[in-house]
Amino acid sequence: MEQTLHGFAHTYGKNVDTDVIIPGKYCNIIDHAELGKHALEGIDPEFSSRVKAGDVIVADTNFGCGSSREVAPIAIKGAGVSAVIAKSFARIFFRNALNIGLPIFECPEAVDDIAAGDEIVIVPGTGMIHNKTKGTQHRAAALPPFMQSLIAVGGLKNYVEERLAKA
Amino acid sequence: MDRARREAELMVVHDSRDSPRKKRITMGMTLTQKILARHAGLDHVETGQIINAKVDLVLANELSAAVAIEVMRTIKGADRVFDPEKIALVEDHFVPAKDAQSAKLAKMMKDFAAEQKITHFFDVGRGGIEHVVLPEAGLVAPGELIVGGDSHTCTYGALGAFATGMGSTDIAAAFVLGEVWLKVPPTIKLVYSGKLGPMVFAKDLMLKTVGTLGIDGATYRALEYTGTTINELSITGRITMANMAIEAGAKNGIFVADEKAIAFVQERTTRKFIVDHADADAQYERVVNIDVENMEPQIACPHTPDNVHGVSDVTRDEILLDQIFIGSCTNGYIEDLRIVAKILDGKQISPRLRVIVNPGSQKVWMQAANEGILSILAAAGCAVNTPGCGACFGGHMGTLGDGERCLSTTNRNYVGRMGSPKAEVYLASPATCAASALTGRITDPRVLELAHALSP
Ligand code: SF4
Repeated sequence: MEQTLHGFAHTYGKNVDTDVIIPGKYCNIIDHAELGKHALEGIDPEFSSRVKAGDVIVADTNFGCGSSREVAPIAIKGAGVSAVIAKSFARIFFRNALNIGLPIFECPEAVDDIAAGDEIVIVPGTGMIHNKTKGTQHRAAALPPFMQSLIAVGGLKNYVEERLAKA
Repeated sequence: MDRARREAELMVVHDSRDSPRKKRITMGMTLTQKILARHAGLDHVETGQIINAKVDLVLANELSAAVAIEVMRTIKGADRVFDPEKIALVEDHFVPAKDAQSAKLAKMMKDFAAEQKITHFFDVGRGGIEHVVLPEAGLVAPGELIVGGDSHTCTYGALGAFATGMGSTDIAAAFVLGEVWLKVPPTIKLVYSGKLGPMVFAKDLMLKTVGTLGIDGATYRALEYTGTTINELSITGRITMANMAIEAGAKNGIFVADEKAIAFVQERTTRKFIVDHADADAQYERVVNIDVENMEPQIACPHTPDNVHGVSDVTRDEILLDQIFIGSCTNGYIEDLRIVAKILDGKQISPRLRVIVNPGSQKVWMQAANEGILSILAAAGCAVNTPGCGACFGGHMGTLGDGERCLSTTNRNYVGRMGSPKAEVYLASPATCAASALTGRITDPRVLELAHALSP
């Protein structure tokens, strides 16, 4: 059976920036689970106590704008979130999420359709996003081939290993 | 490429319509594309193309380095960095270490530098804020490609380099391979015209630009700064502007290296470099004209850097302040401190607030000391800190509490950026900050006499 992501939606607006995803004062933490305890603290202090493993963050445009801190997607992953769906992502966050293996999906229609608490199932292989609560489905934009190949080898780290092995 | 050759090529394209390989019409390249093409070993790149580019320098600070080092340790076969001379490691975010955890990260970076024989390692007391240090140390030259584990790496576009910020895994890969994958961005050309008025600075110009573009107005794009106003700007002014390209979401912001920039670089390094120019027929995604004639000092109001208003709009209400912060990679330079000292010389800051100053680097600090600036600031009642990021990102040395309001020369004012999510941050130029320091409220620096009279 194809691997799926399954959880409930937590919805946010535009321009969710890295300062609210993980405030600067926590940026000296390395442990992922510990970072997860502070995920989204700047915008939603109760998030880490409410979130359940597999849940999905759904946000408007420019998600992850601001600093280059890789601990931003790490904190989200560390909190147990299985994916982020947004209308668009900020550039560095996008790269970081790909690199650390946090699945992200660009899909404006899904964002408009999903309400807080909706039950979501995502099939990463096809980009299909099912809203179980509403009985609707949407397809996220496909990634460019190079990025797909990065994911196929298991992220940037493995890509570097392959390159080193060939050298 | 000369025009005759390009025309010949276009002709060929025209004549061989059924050969799909030749169908691609090569358009002129922007400044950013020129640098990317050379580093990818290609004659030509196009918007959207994904390339593998060689890097001239990889930068990290103690926060991004710590994560990058951890990642590198898990990469099989990656024991050495690609070139110990082409990596710069700067301790700046939590310096001097604010707690044991910060000390641990700093130590990780220092040990890594020793192990890998990295020459450009800047410890506390020998460096300062990464983006102030690198240009100052001659580590940035026109035409170079620089990536850094910090979003404000785009600062180096001020000297005609392509420079962009990335996360730690990308930096780990660059440490090892000396290469990065990049998607060639479309370019937005910014054309500035007019003369800046009194008390209006590069910072105001850039706040205006971010306000015009919006915080996602240039996402995935390059900004190319051009126009007559730009030619007049000092290198520090250009640094301030390139620094905040990321505040519009841009991948990089770049200026053509003119005589001023070339002289600045040659005073600091003997390294050879190439000065690129955009082709005359370069393809821009759009051109944005910004006329600065009659532009007032600008202020970004809470809670986004694009919430920008002219100062007279903002001062219509009395906005009382609890803190003013002067420093950061945007405005922590000697030129900035000179302006502040000039305004505060022989005066006292308002008793209702505190003013915190972090010179951008050890060199800036020393220069300010030699010029008597540090004493002027201290005598006026400012707290002068050691060089580093300090209060800029709410890490330490001036973290805001609930309900506090700060006017800052920094680059971001998102919720919680400088501490409590219940605090408010306004962004402005050093001159506006200094004028406001005298009154305790946001003040138009153009009415300094008046401002001084208002001082309690
Ligand atoms: S001064 Fe502020 S913006 Fe600049 S590198 Fe430090 S934390 Fe980042």
